Amino acid sequence: MMLKVETLDLFHGDAQALDQVSLGVDAHSVVAIVGANGAGKTSLIRTIAGTHKPARGRILWHGQDIAGWPSHKVCELGIGQVAEGRQIFPTLTVRENLETGAMLKRAKSKRHTNLERVLALFPKLAQRSRQAAGTLSGGEQQMLAIGRCLMGEPSLVMFDEPSLGLAPAVVGEMLRTIRQLASDGLTVVLVEQNVAVSLKLADRAYVLENGRIVLEGTGAELLADDRVRQAYLGL
Amino acid sequence: MPFDFYVTVAVQGVLTGLVYGLMALGLSVIFGVVRVVNFAHGEFAVVAMYLAFLGFAMFGLDPILAMLPIGLGFFGLGYLLQRHLINPFVGRPEHEQFILLVGLAIVLVNGLLMLFGPDTRHANLPYGFDSYEVANVLIDKVRVYAAAAALVVAALLFAFFRWSRTGMAIRACADNLLGAAIVGLDVKHLYALTFGLGMACVGAAGALMVVLADATPMLAPAFTLLAFTIVIVGGMGSMAGALVGGILIGVSEAFASFLVAPSAKSMFSFAILIAILALRPQGLLGRKQ
Repeated sequence: MMLKVETLDLFHGDAQALDQVSLGVDAHSVVAIVGANGAGKTSLIRTIAGTHKPARGRILWHGQDIAGWPSHKVCELGIGQVAEGRQIFPTLTVRENLETGAMLKRAKSKRHTNLERVLALFPKLAQRSRQAAGTLSGGEQQMLAIGRCLMGEPSLVMFDEPSLGLAPAVVGEMLRTIRQLASDGLTVVLVEQNVAVSLKLADRAYVLENGRIVLEGTGAELLADDRVRQAYLGL
Repeated sequence: MPFDFYVTVAVQGVLTGLVYGLMALGLSVIFGVVRVVNFAHGEFAVVAMYLAFLGFAMFGLDPILAMLPIGLGFFGLGYLLQRHLINPFVGRPEHEQFILLVGLAIVLVNGLLMLFGPDTRHANLPYGFDSYEVANVLIDKVRVYAAAAALVVAALLFAFFRWSRTGMAIRACADNLLGAAIVGLDVKHLYALTFGLGMACVGAAGALMVVLADATPMLAPAFTLLAFTIVIVGGMGSMAGALVGGILIGVSEAFASFLVAPSAKSMFSFAILIAILALRPQGLLGRKQ
């Protein structure tokens, strides 16, 4: 197993954000994490990425415990993140934003091929390469955030609400891109408000409620589960 | 009063202002990226003045050349300070950072008082009284050299931030800290580099200052205030703003000293500060928040 999270506890001050969370991600699979706002999805992703420090538990990457590692070391392992709210650098140009993604040691030598790949995936970014990233539309910024992440040569990418705040037409494009990346062999962890779509995409899925995993199964199993259908699909 | 006099005063003000600007640039760069206000800024400038003075008094080293080793040493000092002393305070409440740096400032001033006493020290350069005469305007040679050196250091810093990959990464940290952590930038290292660069500016500026003013520990709080005034006038976080603010305050000081009294120069600087805060709070070249 590529990534294995074991009994992870995380606190924000006194409030417990993650409670005994365990999950596994196989290489080249898509894992969806589903849950209401405030369930702990973003906390989980950020703990794996090293921007939050867990109180207890293990995060195993190919068997090595990386819990509590600083984020730049986690990125160096090949764990990438497309964060909620995109988190691009607004005053840097589009090109510079992409370059920041390639400053990892693992990605430096492949900078040029990765840049070509990203620009082929998102031709719009090539047109706007000298523009300040803050002037891009929401959809373009999301493409930039994904492109920047791919510049770091990740083998696993965690997407946190990639379609949040985007126009419906762009949402479809975004999800097609993620599906494309997954079928090219990228391992994907997907947190997505669009539950039906993300479960259809997922090989495996987990339901997070109040910081706890309450349900897990294949995407198809959860799509058919009555509790999921009621709580998240409104059926 | 002949017109040439005014031109002379203005030129001298611009030249001094560029050295002020370099000192303020250090403060601005540190605040713009690390979001820590270096309340010991003027104190470090005066430490650099004393080092330059010692270099001159003991080895005959020209302070304008001493700028290089002092700037380099201050870079290392700044890196270590940020990494080990200040970094734990990043993100903590502002009053805690304030106490830390004010404490450091007090230690530095009193250390200087213990080592050198309160008397002023003057570096008597062989070309200290030489001047250039251009169309009836007399300009001190030392001021031209110091200003040119300040301009070169500032230009190098601009170029570093604009074109180097590390400079780009530092700009990324200033733009979006979470974003920087997400792409795997080593923020602590970049913060320490930035603090080091800011300290290199203040070290270089302090060394140059020796040729413009006599060194005394009591200059330190005045320099800290001066650097603040310049950064606020020029615009917080704007590098060009620090230089422009430095020139403006330099010219204002020169005219106030010349037309009113040398001791009144700070009064005019603070009047400019108040006017800027009232009319354009983001500073001359600052961006609106």
